[in-house]
Amino acid sequence: MTALGKLLRTTAFRLTLVYLVLFALYAALLLFFFALNARRLVTEQITTTVNAEVAGLTEQYERGGIVRLGQVVEIRSRRPGSSLYLFATPLGQGIAGNVASLEPGILNQKGWVEATYRRLDAPEGNEHHALVLVSELPGGFHLLVGRDIEERQRIYDIITTAGRWSMAAVLVLGLGGGFFVSRRILRRVDAMTEKSQTIMAGNLSNRLPVAGTGDELDRLALNVNAMLDRIEGLMRGFREVSDNVAHDLKTPLTRLRNRCEAALRNAKTEADYRAALDSTIEESAELIRTFDALLMIARAESGEAGRDMAEFDAAEIAHGVAELYEPVAEEKGLRLVVEAPGPAMVRGHRELVSQALANLVDNAIKYAAPVPQLVPAGGGGGPDQPPPAITVTAGVAGDHVALTVADRGPGIPADQRAHAVERFVRLEQSRSQPGSGLGLSLASAIAHLHHGELRLEDNAPGLRTVLVLPRAGPQRSD
Amino acid sequence: MRLLIIEDDRDAADYLVKAFREVGHVADHAADGEEGLALAVDGGYDVLIVDRMLPKRDGLSVIGVLRDKGIGTPALILSALGQVDDRVKGLRAGGDDYLVKPYSFAELLARVEVLARRRGGREETVYRVADLALDRLSHRVTRGEDEILLQPREFRLLEFLMKHAGQVVTRTMLLENVWDYHFDPQTNVIDVHISRLRSKIDKGFTPPLLHTIRGAGYMIRDGAR
Repeated sequence: MTALGKLLRTTAFRLTLVYLVLFALYAALLLFFFALNARRLVTEQITTTVNAEVAGLTEQYERGGIVRLGQVVEIRSRRPGSSLYLFATPLGQGIAGNVASLEPGILNQKGWVEATYRRLDAPEGNEHHALVLVSELPGGFHLLVGRDIEERQRIYDIITTAGRWSMAAVLVLGLGGGFFVSRRILRRVDAMTEKSQTIMAGNLSNRLPVAGTGDELDRLALNVNAMLDRIEGLMRGFREVSDNVAHDLKTPLTRLRNRCEAALRNAKTEADYRAALDSTIEESAELIRTFDALLMIARAESGEAGRDMAEFDAAEIAHGVAELYEPVAEEKGLRLVVEAPGPAMVRGHRELVSQALANLVDNAIKYAAPVPQLVPAGGGGGPDQPPPAITVTAGVAGDHVALTVADRGPGIPADQRAHAVERFVRLEQSRSQPGSGLGLSLASAIAHLHHGELRLEDNAPGLRTVLVLPRAGPQRSD
Repeated sequence: MRLLIIEDDRDAADYLVKAFREVGHVADHAADGEEGLALAVDGGYDVLIVDRMLPKRDGLSVIGVLRDKGIGTPALILSALGQVDDRVKGLRAGGDDYLVKPYSFAELLARVEVLARRRGGREETVYRVADLALDRLSHRVTRGEDEILLQPREFRLLEFLMKHAGQVVTRTMLLENVWDYHFDPQTNVIDVHISRLRSKIDKGFTPPLLHTIRGAGYMIRDGAR
């Protein structure tokens, strides 16, 4: 496509053309009516004047006959700027007036007619047009009175000429403006196209140019740039995850292999082999678990699981999960309590939310510290019960439902909380604990799938994890 | 027990056939959906093990055709697709159980045996194992003359174990059937629940009835037999 072709094809230029045609049509119509009206006005003026003259002359004829009429016509003919007069015999021979020659046959047509004539004082060949009224006087005499209409024609011509010129000016200016605007837009679009091609070629850090005018092109560019930011973030995350996956899966695989090789080398008895195989199975089960968690995160993040959402009570989930983990907590000497009194309806994926909460509770049990039985007077808890080490709550807060797990363990320092949610991250203090390092990332991915979020807060002391989910149902919070 | 394994992966199928024969079952193998359907229609099998993705005809369609023909042989679906909606699809197509790859043979064996038993099983009101009795209507559990008080969840746990008395029940089976959770709770929470239950029904009584089967799961059985 040539540069000009491209320019002519722009939306801006096409719009200019459409507007130009519309405007030109409107202007032409306006001028046409104007000219027509001006012409009508002049004609009206002529007929009024001529009618008055004819009335006057007829009166003179009635009073003084042919002679008097002849005299009056002669006098009027000589006035400067006079009308046209011709007083003629029934045979058409002029008696008085200021017309030298006339189109033949005019005198025989009674009434208004346009005729070509030459004045007496005009040189030969200087014919003019006139609008004349021919009337017949008693006795067969003809009286012709008229006025030159060259002036009318001139006005008409001036208007049409002006119209033509202004039309030409409009066309030139319009087309020029159209070219200018289209070229400006085309230049910006070309710049954007060029940038997007470099982005497509793999340079994801490039952004579309923004002119700063805040127009529709800028808005589009800003939105596309925001989209690119998101894509870039996702890609970066993806790369990090691949690296982490490679690292965190290779380590146990190497361990697995080493253990098998050691067994082949050193094992003497069947019991030795059995022990090696048992640990191999255990290790591979752990690997499968890690894979499952990764797949779950991927599914949750892709939004695929968002299809089978239903309404359910988060309080019921809190009770269910707490009931599942309560014996585990008790075994570690931790008291786990649930505070989830009322319905807290959530729209979402029941199984996934249960899993997210289970991960949070599992985490809390791993890191929580038992609270000493002896509490100072005024402290919480009954006389026999120590204050809870882990509290699971479900409640409505505004237009959200919060599922909270609070423990009294070491907590996570504020500057490391965002990091803790990332995949495979196991903070220094937790390296000694078993686990894949995926629990919090999975909970976070599940929260995002529900358009909610996972918050890590300070429980002073300890960690409070809050799973914030959008509330469902019409019931109001108190 | 006669089993039909419909699985296109030759290695996996050979391993399964061999493993089932070792524990005393008869296992046949079909390598694609059409062959599997033909064998299954001829009948005589107690349980079908159907891979979901098969050449010629996929696993769900094999089960669908069988159910349309009125053949109700219990079918267990094997699949690498393990999300809740995949399971639901499989069970809706007429599958009786769903196991996600990779699985352990102990898990598969336990589920297949439960399926085979379910076929002829009638629903009893009172389950009995030795002197332990569980009444499903009055929710009363007794051992000998003593009444045992259980929490509702402990009752359902014991109910499931006793329904499948003499069979291995895996941890995932318990999690799915007693708690209705289909995810892996990381920590072995089930073990703790079992040891609680055990302390209520076995502590102070002989013989112990609730046994841990190493590498597989749990079983309630009369130790004398």
